[in-house]
Amino acid sequence: MKTLARNVRAWFDDRLPVAEAQDFATHKTVPTHRFSVFYYLGGMTMFFFVIQVVTGILLMLYYRPSADGAFESVEFIMTVVPFGWLIRSIHSWSANLMVFFAFVHLATVYFTKSYRKPREITWVTGCILLFIAMAFGFSGYLLPWNQLAFFATKVGTDIAGAIPIVGEWTLRFLRGGDRVTGGTLSRFFGWHVAILPAITAVLLGIHLLLVQIQGMSVPPKQKDEAAGKRPMKFFPDFATRDLWGWILALGVLAAIAALFPWELGEKADPFAPAYKDIRPEWYFMFMFETLKLVPGGEIFHVEYEAIPILLFSLGGLLLVLVPFLDRKVNRTGESPLFTFIGILALVYIVGMTAWGYRSLTPFFIVIGTVLLMFLLSLATRHDAGPAEGQGEGQSEGRES
Amino acid sequence: MTEITPTGKSRRGFLNWFLGTAAGALAVAVFYPVLRFVSPPEVPEASTNQVEAGPTNDPELLEKGFKIVRFGADPVILVRLSDTEFRAFAGTCTHLDCIVEFHKDKQRIWCNCHNGDYNLQGQVVAGPPPKPLEPFKVDLVAKGSGQPKTIVVSRA
Repeated sequence: MKTLARNVRAWFDDRLPVAEAQDFATHKTVPTHRFSVFYYLGGMTMFFFVIQVVTGILLMLYYRPSADGAFESVEFIMTVVPFGWLIRSIHSWSANLMVFFAFVHLATVYFTKSYRKPREITWVTGCILLFIAMAFGFSGYLLPWNQLAFFATKVGTDIAGAIPIVGEWTLRFLRGGDRVTGGTLSRFFGWHVAILPAITAVLLGIHLLLVQIQGMSVPPKQKDEAAGKRPMKFFPDFATRDLWGWILALGVLAAIAALFPWELGEKADPFAPAYKDIRPEWYFMFMFETLKLVPGGEIFHVEYEAIPILLFSLGGLLLVLVPFLDRKVNRTGESPLFTFIGILALVYIVGMTAWGYRSLTPFFIVIGTVLLMFLLSLATRHDAGPAEGQGEGQSEGRES
Repeated sequence: MTEITPTGKSRRGFLNWFLGTAAGALAVAVFYPVLRFVSPPEVPEASTNQVEAGPTNDPELLEKGFKIVRFGADPVILVRLSDTEFRAFAGTCTHLDCIVEFHKDKQRIWCNCHNGDYNLQGQVVAGPPPKPLEPFKVDLVAKGSGQPKTIVVSRA
C-alpha cells in the first residue's frame, strides 16, 4: 500500500511540480490580527457557490425551461421527487447567503483597504463576480415561472429599457423579444446555467490564483499588530477553521432550508393583474425603492427614471475602479475620504432596503453581522505567541 | 469502551473514532438525499388495455402496409396483410429498443438499427434480436353501415 502510494507520488513528481506545490502549501501563512476573521469571508462565499453548483446541477436533472413546463417541473421537483423540496430550498437559501456573504466580504475588503496595490486585479475580478452573482440571482428568479418571478422580471427588464440610446436594444436583448415570454425563460436559463457559470469559472480562477500568489493583505492600521504576532499556518490551522466554518454553514443552511422551505407560488399568468407585493430579491431592493421615488416625466427626451439607473451604473463602475481612484492609501496607508464614502453608501443601501420593506430588519441584520464577526473572531483566535523576527508572513513580505 | 488513561493514547483513539463517526454521519446525511434525488421517482402511468387505430382504409396503411400506433406510452406496429387481415406486435425491437418497421415487398418486420429481421408471426428470422416481438390482438369493429370498420388493438 505504502509503496503504491509512493509510486503514484513519484509518477506525478516526474511530470508536475508536486514538491514545489507541497512546499508552497506547508509554508503558506495567514497574518494574525484583530480583523483576521475577515479572511474567512471569501471562503464562505465560495462555499455557498459550490453548494449552488451542486444543487443547481441536481435541479437541472428535472427542470424544464419552457413556459408550458417550467412551473410544473418545479412543482414536480417539490412534490414528487424524493428530497426535491430540500434541494430546491437549499439552492434558493444558499443563493441568498452567497450574495449576503459576497456583500460582507466586499465591505470588509473595502473598509480595510485591501484593494490597494498590488491587489487591484483581485478587487476588480471580485467586484465583477459580485455583479455576476446578482445576475445569477436575477436570472434564476424567473426560472420557476411563477407570478412573482414573472412580474419582477417584467419590471426588472423594463427598467433597462429606460436607459437612453441603448435601452430599447437592451430590453429586447434581455427579453428575447418585446415581451416577457417563454423565449425570455429560455434565454434566462441559458444565462443562468451556461454563460454566467462560464464567466464565473474564469474570473473566480483568476481571483483565487491571485489570492494564492499574493497572500492575505494586512490592513494598514493592523500592520504593527500583525508584525508583533506569529502568523497562522495555512495548513492545518487556517484550513481547519475554514472547514469548521463550512460545516457550521452547511448545518445552518440545511436547518433554514428544512424549516423555511422556499415557496413556489402560483404559475405565471401574463393576463392577470400584478400582485400587491411584487418585489425583487432583497439585494435589488435599494435600487428598486429609489426608482419608486422618481416621478414620471422627461428632460431633454430622457426619462427621469433613467437618471437613477445611470447613477447606479456609474456607482458600480466607480466601485470597480476604487483601487485606481484611491491613490492616497498607497502613499500614506490612509484614505478617510473613501472610508466616509463607503459608510455613506452603506447607510444609503441599508436605509433604502429598510424603507423598501418598511421594516427595521435590515439594520438588525447589519448589527447582527457585526456581532457575529466579533464572536467568530473570538472563536477563530489563534495565539501562537509573538513573532520570532524572521518568521514574517510570506504574504506581507511581497508587499513592501 | 477503552478507559481513558493519562497517557492520552486512548483519548486520541476516542477522538479519532468520534471525529470519524461524525464525518461519516455527515457524509451519509449529504449523500443519502442526493442519491434519492437522482433516482427518478415512479410516476404512475394510466394502464392501457386497448386503443382504436383508425379505419381499415387508412391511407397510410394502404400505402406502406403498416403504421405505428400509440398504445399508451408504448409504440405498437400494426401490419396490414389484406383488407380483412391485420396483425399487431410490440413496436420496439427486442434487441436494443429501436422502433421497427414493415417491409411490404419482403413481407418482413425489420429493425433498421442493427438489421433485426422478424417474420409476420413476430419471430426472429435473422439478426441480433434475442426474443420475438410480443403479439397484440387485432379486432375489426363495425362502426355503421357503409363505413369502413375500425381497427381495435388490444393486449393479447
